[in-house]
Amino acid sequence: MKIALYASVAALALAGLSTAAVAQSRDTIQVAGSSTVLPFASIVAEEFGAAFPEFKTPVVGSGGTGGGLKSFCEGVGDNTIDIANASRKIKDSEREVCTSNGVTDIREVQFGYDGIVFASATSGPDFALTPLQVYKAIAANVYVDGNLVPNPYKSWNEVDAALPAQPIALAVPASNHGTREVFQERVVAAGCEEAALPEGHPEDACTAYRQDVVIEISGDYTETLARLKSDPNTVGVFGLSFYEQNTDTLKVATVNGVVPTKESVAAGEYPVSRPLYFYVKGQHIGVVPGINEYVQFFLSEAISGEGGTLEAAGLIPQPADKSAEVLAAYEAGPTQ
Amino acid sequence: MTDVTASRPLSERTQLIRKNLRRRHMSETIFRALGLLAIIVALGFVALLFADILRKGVPAFTQSNLHLTATFDPEIIDVGPPPGRIAGQSEAEFRAASLKWQREVAMLNWNKVVEASLRALAPAGYEIAAKDLLTIPETDARHRLREMFVADPSLLGQTVKVDVLASANADNWIKGNIDRSLPDSQQQLKAPARALIDQFVSNGTISMGFAWSLLTNVDSRAAPASSGLLGALVGSLYMMLIVIVLAVPIGVAAAIYLEEFAPKSRLTDFIEVNINNLAAVPSIVFGLLGAAVFINYMHLPISAPLVGGLVLTLMTLPTIIIATRGALLGVSPALRQAALGMGASKTQMVFHHVLPVTFPSILTATIIGVAHALGETAPLLLIGMKAFVASVPATPLDQATALPVQIYLWQGNENRNFFESHTAAAIMVLLVLMIALNGIAIFLRSRLERRA
Repeated sequence: MKIALYASVAALALAGLSTAAVAQSRDTIQVAGSSTVLPFASIVAEEFGAAFPEFKTPVVGSGGTGGGLKSFCEGVGDNTIDIANASRKIKDSEREVCTSNGVTDIREVQFGYDGIVFASATSGPDFALTPLQVYKAIAANVYVDGNLVPNPYKSWNEVDAALPAQPIALAVPASNHGTREVFQERVVAAGCEEAALPEGHPEDACTAYRQDVVIEISGDYTETLARLKSDPNTVGVFGLSFYEQNTDTLKVATVNGVVPTKESVAAGEYPVSRPLYFYVKGQHIGVVPGINEYVQFFLSEAISGEGGTLEAAGLIPQPADKSAEVLAAYEAGPTQ
Repeated sequence: MTDVTASRPLSERTQLIRKNLRRRHMSETIFRALGLLAIIVALGFVALLFADILRKGVPAFTQSNLHLTATFDPEIIDVGPPPGRIAGQSEAEFRAASLKWQREVAMLNWNKVVEASLRALAPAGYEIAAKDLLTIPETDARHRLREMFVADPSLLGQTVKVDVLASANADNWIKGNIDRSLPDSQQQLKAPARALIDQFVSNGTISMGFAWSLLTNVDSRAAPASSGLLGALVGSLYMMLIVIVLAVPIGVAAAIYLEEFAPKSRLTDFIEVNINNLAAVPSIVFGLLGAAVFINYMHLPISAPLVGGLVLTLMTLPTIIIATRGALLGVSPALRQAALGMGASKTQMVFHHVLPVTFPSILTATIIGVAHALGETAPLLLIGMKAFVASVPATPLDQATALPVQIYLWQGNENRNFFESHTAAAIMVLLVLMIALNGIAIFLRSRLERRA
C-alpha cells in the first residue's frame, strides 16, 4: 500500500503547489457580463488571440450586465475580472459599490449599437406595435374611463382593435439583463407618457408589470426562444442580432411602423435601440498583459467598424469618429 | 384418482383454500405484470431519450468541407520576408522582430485570398457580391491560410490546395437544418450564395466528411463550424485527475481510520452521520462553498480546473468513504482473526490482508464517483467555469470549461440551427465517456473479484 502513501504525499504537494501558484499573476484577460455583448466580445477575443500571438486569448463569461458589473466591482486583483460587458450604462449605485471596494479607475468604452425587437413565432399573425399598446398590455393597473383598475385586457385586440386577436403573453428579460432596463425606458415608460395618466396617479403606474401575462426570463435569449416554441402565442423581447440569426423561426414586429433592421437602427428611425459598452478596470492595465491592445483592437475599423467582423455578426457599428473619440477618452484616463 | 377427488364433495376447508389460492395467484400475476410494465416504461423512456439525442446528434458528426485552390498572390500579401537571425542579435530582439512580422501578416486582408479562390471555383461571370461569397466558407479560412503562410513564407506566389470548412449557415443549408422552402427574407444566406453552394455540392467542391473538428478543435464563436470539444475534454480530464489524486487517498484513509482504528464514541457517531449527510447534499451547495472558500478566501484563479477539481473532490469524498467503509465491514472476521492470530499488528492486518480484499469495491466506488463528477455541472457554473474559453488549458491553473458546461454553453448559442445538433453531439461524447467509465468499473470488478 505504498502507492496510497505516495499518492497522499503527491496530493498534499499538489495542494501546496496550487497555493503557491496564486502568487503568480494572471496573464489572461478575464471578461464577463451582458449576454447581448457576449457573442461580440467572444469573437473579438478569438480574433485578438489570432492577431496577437504574444497574448493569450481572453476568456469571456456571461451573467448579464448586472451580474458582470457585480463581479467587476468586487475589487482589484487577480481573481476579479478585468472587463465587464454591459448593454446599458453603469448605474451610480454600482459605481458606489465599485469605489467602496477600491475599484476607482473605471473606463467606459462604447463600441456600437443594438436594437431591441419584439418577435413572435412565424406561424402566428403579424404584429405592428406601438409603445402605448405595449404599456397598456402589460401594466399592472390601467385607467379605464378615468378609474384605475387592474389590467382587464386578455388579448391584444382588446388593447387596440388593429392588433391580432391573440392572448397577451410577453416574455421579457429579467432585471439582471441590461435589455430589461432599455425595454422599460424606451418602450414601457414612453408608452406610459403617451397614455397621459391623470394627475395623482400612483408612483409605480409606469413600472409595475402584471404578473399573469409577463414572463420574466433570467437566462439567455435561447430561453425566450424555447418559451415561444412551447407557447406560440408568446411574443418575446430579443436583441436584433439574435433575431437576425434566427429569422427562420422568428417573425419580427414593427414598432411605430418601423421595421427593425441594421439600417433603421443606425439611422435612428427605429425607436428601441441602445449603445453597447464594456467597462475596463484601469487598475489592471499593465498588470494583466494586453488590455490596452484588446481595447484598441476592439475599436479598430476591421473589427467594430463598418463592414467589420462584428457587423457580420449583427452589431450595428458606430461612426469611425465616435470610436476615435471613445478611444481617446479611454486612453486619457478614468471616466467620471 | 381424479375421479375420486371430483366425485367426493369438497370440504369447506378445501374450498376456502382454493379460493384463497386463486386470489394469491392473481395478486402475484398482477405484481409481476406491474413490475414488467415498470421496466418497459423505464426502458421506453431511455430508448426515447437516446433516439432523440442520436437523431439530433449524429448529423453533427459529418461536416461539409470546401476544397479550395488558393493562390498566395503577392499583390494581396504585400509583406516583406520574415526577419532572419542577424549576427549579434539577442534572442529577445529576434523574437520581437518576428512577432512584428507576424503582426504585419495578421493585419493583411486574407479574406481577399479566400474570395479570389472562391471566384476561381465559381462559374465564369457568376454574379455574387464579395460579402455574400464570403458567407460560404467558415470565417476561420483566412486564419488557416495565414498560418500556412507564417509556417512556410516560401508559399508566396504559389498556388496550393487547401481544405477549409464550409460555414455553419452553409452547413445548415446543405444538411437541410434550415427549411429550404422558406422565402429569401427568412433565409440566412442570400440566394446567389445558396445556388452556388448547391453547385459546389454537385461538382464535388464541397464534400461531406467526418467532423474531426468536433474532437480536435476548441470552442469558437467567430467560426461556429469549427467549434469543437477539445478544450472542454482537457478541462474535464484535469478535473478528473485532481479528483482521483485527492479523493481516493483521503477518502480511503478516512474510511480505514473510522472503521478500523477510531474508538466507537459519540464523536465518531456524529462524524459518521455527517458523512452520510454530506453524500446527500445537493451539488450546487458545494459550488457555493467552492466559490466562497477557494476563490474568495484562498484566491485561487477563477474558471480554473484546479478549483473545479477541488469542488468535485469534496463532492466525491463521501461516496468513496461510505463505499470503502461498507467494503471493510464486509470482510470476514475470520480473515482478521487469522492475521492477528499469526502475530500481525493491527496496521499489518489492515494493509496486508483486509485492504487487498476490498480493492475491487473501492475501485468501483472510485470510478462511479468520478463518472458522477464528470457529469456534474451546477457547482462548476458557480465557480466561473461557464466562460467562453477559446484555448486548450495548458495547466490546471489556466481558464477552462468542462464537458457538461460546454453542452450548457452550446445549448445557449444564438445560431440555433447549427448548435442544436452540436449540443446533441456533445451529449453523445459525454455519454460515451460515462458508459466507458462504468464499463471499466464493471470489467475490473468482475476480474478482480474472480482473482480474490
